[in-house]
Amino acid sequence: MADVQSTAARVVPDEKGRFGEYGGKFVPETLMNALMELEQAFEEARRDPSFREELYGLLTEYAGRPTPLTYAERLTEELGGARIYLKREDLNHTGAHKLNNALGQGLLAKRMGKKSIIAETGAGQHGVASATVAAKLGLSCQVFMGEEDIRRQSLNVFRMKLLGSEVIPAVSGSRTLKDATNEAIRHWVSHVDETFYVIGSVVGPHPYPYMVREFQKIIGEETRSQILDMLGQLPDEVIACVGGGSNAIGMFYPFIQDESVALRGVEAAGLGVDTDKHAATLTKGRPGVIHGSLTYLLQDEHGQVQEAHSISAGLDYPGIGPEHSYLKDTGRVTYAAITDAEALEAVQLLCRTEGIIPALESAHAVAEAMKRAPQMSKDQVLVICLSGRGDKDVLTIQDALAPKQEGENLA
Amino acid sequence: MTTTPANRIDRLFADRSRKRFIPFITVGDPTLEATFQLIQGIAEAGADLFELGIPYSDPLADGPTIQRASQRALKNGVSIKDALQLVTRLRDSGMEAGLVLFTYVNPVFQYGIERFFADLAASGADGVVIPDLPVEESGPAVAAAQKHGVHVISLVAPTSDARIQMIGEQATGFLYCVSSLGVTGARSELRSDLTDFLARVRESTNAPTAVGFGISTPEQVRTLAPHADAVIVGSAIVREIERYESELKDPATTGEAVGKIKNFVHQLTSALQ
Repeated sequence: MADVQSTAARVVPDEKGRFGEYGGKFVPETLMNALMELEQAFEEARRDPSFREELYGLLTEYAGRPTPLTYAERLTEELGGARIYLKREDLNHTGAHKLNNALGQGLLAKRMGKKSIIAETGAGQHGVASATVAAKLGLSCQVFMGEEDIRRQSLNVFRMKLLGSEVIPAVSGSRTLKDATNEAIRHWVSHVDETFYVIGSVVGPHPYPYMVREFQKIIGEETRSQILDMLGQLPDEVIACVGGGSNAIGMFYPFIQDESVALRGVEAAGLGVDTDKHAATLTKGRPGVIHGSLTYLLQDEHGQVQEAHSISAGLDYPGIGPEHSYLKDTGRVTYAAITDAEALEAVQLLCRTEGIIPALESAHAVAEAMKRAPQMSKDQVLVICLSGRGDKDVLTIQDALAPKQEGENLA
Repeated sequence: MTTTPANRIDRLFADRSRKRFIPFITVGDPTLEATFQLIQGIAEAGADLFELGIPYSDPLADGPTIQRASQRALKNGVSIKDALQLVTRLRDSGMEAGLVLFTYVNPVFQYGIERFFADLAASGADGVVIPDLPVEESGPAVAAAQKHGVHVISLVAPTSDARIQMIGEQATGFLYCVSSLGVTGARSELRSDLTDFLARVRESTNAPTAVGFGISTPEQVRTLAPHADAVIVGSAIVREIERYESELKDPATTGEAVGKIKNFVHQLTSALQ
């Protein structure tokens, strides 16, 4: 982290927390001072060598960083185009990239003298990461999780409890990530003096989208350095899945100034972007405010937030990080959408060719690579951010594949 | 003041010797017709100014009571347009109380800021409370409101600290003093440092002050009234509306149910002076 600095000049966000027109702080007045304190504390921490050393120590000796960059030889042969490399965030402790950010925010919470942290979670990966950090740093932790996600991700719920955290069901709305985030914000407003809110993605009011990017950009910094070491060249294309968008921002940000590198974000198309069951915010949404930030949003004509759908709980979110909205509008990143069925195909292909069970979220990036790689030449290089491992999803995958194996149609 | 004297909020608070009562109810809970009759009944019970909530899918400043009211109203498809039509209907029927909409910012953005404030003023409403639009983000809305002679009501919280002065100086119409940390909803006890906070706010501003969030009983109204120009009660009234939901929905029993809620509000307004 210390010596691999991106050459990117920090042009965004501005001092108001805006990425172009997106971002900002659309929150109740009760939270404004807490956000300003957080902004100041983060700026001081990131400049403080002792904070950076402590975080770097945890990332290397506890989380197991750097994560490998793996040449996917058999997947490359199968697809018959670009050489494919996998950034193995699935090998990070707790099984996903989420820990990078949770460690950073946990350390910051401790530095600010907060004794308790709260977090929202969709798939449960950020909840598990937060519970892990709370245990490691001696903080108390409450995780807000939609009732529907608690059902879908029962194993992660148990992991959080085992790690000593309390899991609080969110029972409003669609009972998924959006509603868990609402409940976490409501709790935070009520306990703002003593509680640190560890947001799990590049969403929410400023400074969260910026701060989470800074804690996640280690993914792209490592990748950039690793591929240069291995091949002496930059990749031609980098693909990452996007729900809130933290693994994608973390992967993309250090490549933003490398104009030769195409960056591609992959949203969840659910049952299809032309149905009402998808989470393709950038493809089908329009700008609006969700969870304190102006960004693309799935909403009806009156501005009521619509429910998202994806087989992957981590992508099942009607908003998206404001920096992605900015990167879409500026054209620096292109965004595609992958259906539930395509993601399931990708899970199986990666299992068979590489011996890696990807998280359903990450499988969306693999599925997009299955479309892209054959269109590229064999001397081109494609990197996939494999943001998490699929152990948490095996029951969902089993359920989804069972009818097909019995010769029935997929639901 | 740059606002027009025609604004009912300014007219109301021109005389600060009397304490004012501001109820909150959600538009379309349980029906638009019930809301119309409830406002008339509650006005007769001594309400001076109404906060009319526009239902929202993700009301993150609201507790469970108003969340449920929002859900009931959303099932009726209630939007900003319905709320504006309701205001027009109330004005046409001779309603003289101040009328302020309460809405989250996203529906306003989607309606269009300029169009929203033009239509707000044309309907006969006097202002708007937008709980997720802090001073730092409210510039375009405030400019449009001024142009059309209505107020964007600022909120100030116990956690505002050094921001109190900045917010107080900019406040117009009235300044909404958030009396509890957290979301809306009835609380059995109020913060012990509340009167200190209210005193600090009053020193910071020329605008009238209204205190709300968590106030539910006549005793609480009586305790707080000396420290502000107005008291706001929301969830406690919405809870009564919820209690009489089926009676309010049935045209045969609406009047009777409105009478009960009117009596409830009368107990609160009686504790005011």
